[in-house]
Amino acid sequence: MDFDLSDEHAALRDTVRTFAEKVVAPVAEELDREHRFPVDIVRRLGEMGLMGVPFPVEVGGGGGDTLAYALTIEELARIDSSVAITVAAHTSLGTSPIANFGSAAQTERYLPDLCSGRRLAAFGLTEPEAGSDAGATRTRAVEQPDGSFVVNGAKMFITNAGTELSGVVTITALTGDGEITNLIVENGTPGYEISPPLRKMGWHASDTRALTFADCHVGPDAVLGPRGAGLRQFLAILDGGRISVAALALGLAQGAYEQALTYARQRNAFGRPIAAFQAIQFKLADMETEIAAGRHLVRHAAWLKDRGRPFAHAAALAKLYTGELSHRVVNEAVQIHGGYGYMDEYPISRFYRDQKILEIGEGTNEVQRLLIARAII
Amino acid sequence: MKIAICVKEVPDPTAEKRIDPGTNRLVRTGENTLNPYDRHAIEEAVRIKESGVETEISIVLVGPASAARTVDKALAQGGDRSVHLADDGLADSDILATSRALAALLERDAYDLVLFGQQASDAECYVMAAAVAERLDRPCVSQAASLTLDGSTLRVKRQVETGYDTVEMPLPAVVSVSDAINEPRYPSLPAIMGAKRKPHEVLSLADAGIDPDTVGGAGSRTTVRGLSKPAGRGASVRIEDDGTAAEKILAFLVENKVVV
Ligand SMILES: Cc1cc2nc3c(=O)[nH]c(=O)nc-3n(C[C@H](O)[C@H](O)[C@H](O)COP(=O)(O)OP(=O)(O)OC[C@H]3O[C@@H](n4cnc5c(N)ncnc54)[C@H](O)[C@@H]3O)c2cc1C
Repeated sequence: MDFDLSDEHAALRDTVRTFAEKVVAPVAEELDREHRFPVDIVRRLGEMGLMGVPFPVEVGGGGGDTLAYALTIEELARIDSSVAITVAAHTSLGTSPIANFGSAAQTERYLPDLCSGRRLAAFGLTEPEAGSDAGATRTRAVEQPDGSFVVNGAKMFITNAGTELSGVVTITALTGDGEITNLIVENGTPGYEISPPLRKMGWHASDTRALTFADCHVGPDAVLGPRGAGLRQFLAILDGGRISVAALALGLAQGAYEQALTYARQRNAFGRPIAAFQAIQFKLADMETEIAAGRHLVRHAAWLKDRGRPFAHAAALAKLYTGELSHRVVNEAVQIHGGYGYMDEYPISRFYRDQKILEIGEGTNEVQRLLIARAII
Repeated sequence: MKIAICVKEVPDPTAEKRIDPGTNRLVRTGENTLNPYDRHAIEEAVRIKESGVETEISIVLVGPASAARTVDKALAQGGDRSVHLADDGLADSDILATSRALAALLERDAYDLVLFGQQASDAECYVMAAAVAERLDRPCVSQAASLTLDGSTLRVKRQVETGYDTVEMPLPAVVSVSDAINEPRYPSLPAIMGAKRKPHEVLSLADAGIDPDTVGGAGSRTTVRGLSKPAGRGASVRIEDDGTAAEKILAFLVENKVVV
């Protein structure tokens, strides 16, 4: 048993931490306030190999493992969740379907641009009437005599589909009765329409859109893997994605905790720093404890995946626990900030708004419990 | 073109520095890392390489075996190979002794250019480049704000208080670069993962042919006899802004001949 990070993992964590503190932190408030997508940061992350951490160097990836990827997301989320989810959605939801299930032609066509961050990828699973019940996809792709498909339908809440860097979205669609197939649709394909950015509670610098497909024509080469494999593919994609969302929640909690600790030491009330009050100390002690537990869950899930062992259960545990712990931590962190925590001048207010989605996206808390219960009963 | 960059492992500059009252020395048992100033020297070498000049960049470090991690950080930043002198006999080396060890390492290969960061974030001495150049009998320029290579001549713009000096020097030479010379890039993930696979040479004093009596405590001439806090500032003048603060500040500055 070894709880130490390897030298490489530690060096990566330090590098991403410094990058996040020096490059992301100074602009995070402005990006949030202006709801501006961080194009420049994505470009720089791409140069560092961080837009494709777990993919092989030969296809343009970073050549890291799941742990390296989780550390990257954790460190980015410690400073800004919008940047972290942009990387996470691009990597686990957008790029990994193509990397894992794509043909040689598809990987050659897309991966170099995606792994380098020159292009962004999205994954369109959720629909207005199919969220937790993602298998209830209504989007239809009807095969034509020449093997091409005509797609009609709508997708909801899709991350990374509408930025100036967005290149492709992989969507689930019905290609027959109860037959779900994944299709790669390139931005700019006639009939593929992208809504204006959706207005939302947090993640203001992350791109979220509704997509519509109206007689959208894609070639036979758009099919990802064997026809009808869509359900199995997206379940696998979500399993992997959960580790990164858990890492995101962990990083957000860590950042919120550090802000609360710093504030508690500086802020005086009744003639003492508020950190001298046991009520505040106990909040901080609880945060420290839960974050440590969450970190072990995340690292364990990543460790299993890196060893090629079944990891879906561990990923669900990590996602559920970190989603809820980040809620408790950010809530108490605002509490420790008092009224200032409610003001946008303090980053903790942004952290509070950015947290809630972590209990909804890529499987709600209820869905995680369902998965966990199914595995134990 | 063979470039050597002398790098140092320092205590994490973001952590508070502590002095051991028993030894009067800086406590180095916490997290250690690559001296941030050295990143500018590595970046400059990488830029020379990227400009099309065929270049091999060697990372040269004198420090304990545990500094291997710092060597790898420097390699991830852009080095091709490393030379690490790691020997318990080096403990307690001062500038004199360390410069001797560095010079001995540098003499083992024919480097065209030896680069240093302007200072180390722990001891803040600014003199290692000059000390090593003296031992190697090479020309030396400090506070380089830009480097231009022209065949075997190096043109250095040097930052001085009144502006810039432009100095031309023949190679081989020693240069310490200012932290304004460039914005070091962040190492990429493939570079971090690949650092350990680059050629590493780890040497003992015997391997490097260095007499143990000339380095470490025995080869050092510095004794820290005492430490004290700097004297407090003199009486300060407090100006309340009643609308005339600007004039009062100006009058104060003129009176003290800060502005004329
Ligand atoms: C900012 C943002 C970004 C997103 N990005 C993407 C993306 O890139 N790609 C993508 O495909 N999707 C994305 N989503 C969608 C997200 O994954 C879904 O919102 C989520 O899966 C929940 O689906 P839903 O919103 O339809 O809620 P519903 O499924 O309608 O759930 C409503 C409530 O009912 C509960 N519930 C549902 N079924 C059960 C059950 N069987 N037992 C108990 N409780 C149940 C849920 O837990 C929840 O509390 C994003 C969402 C947001 C908000």
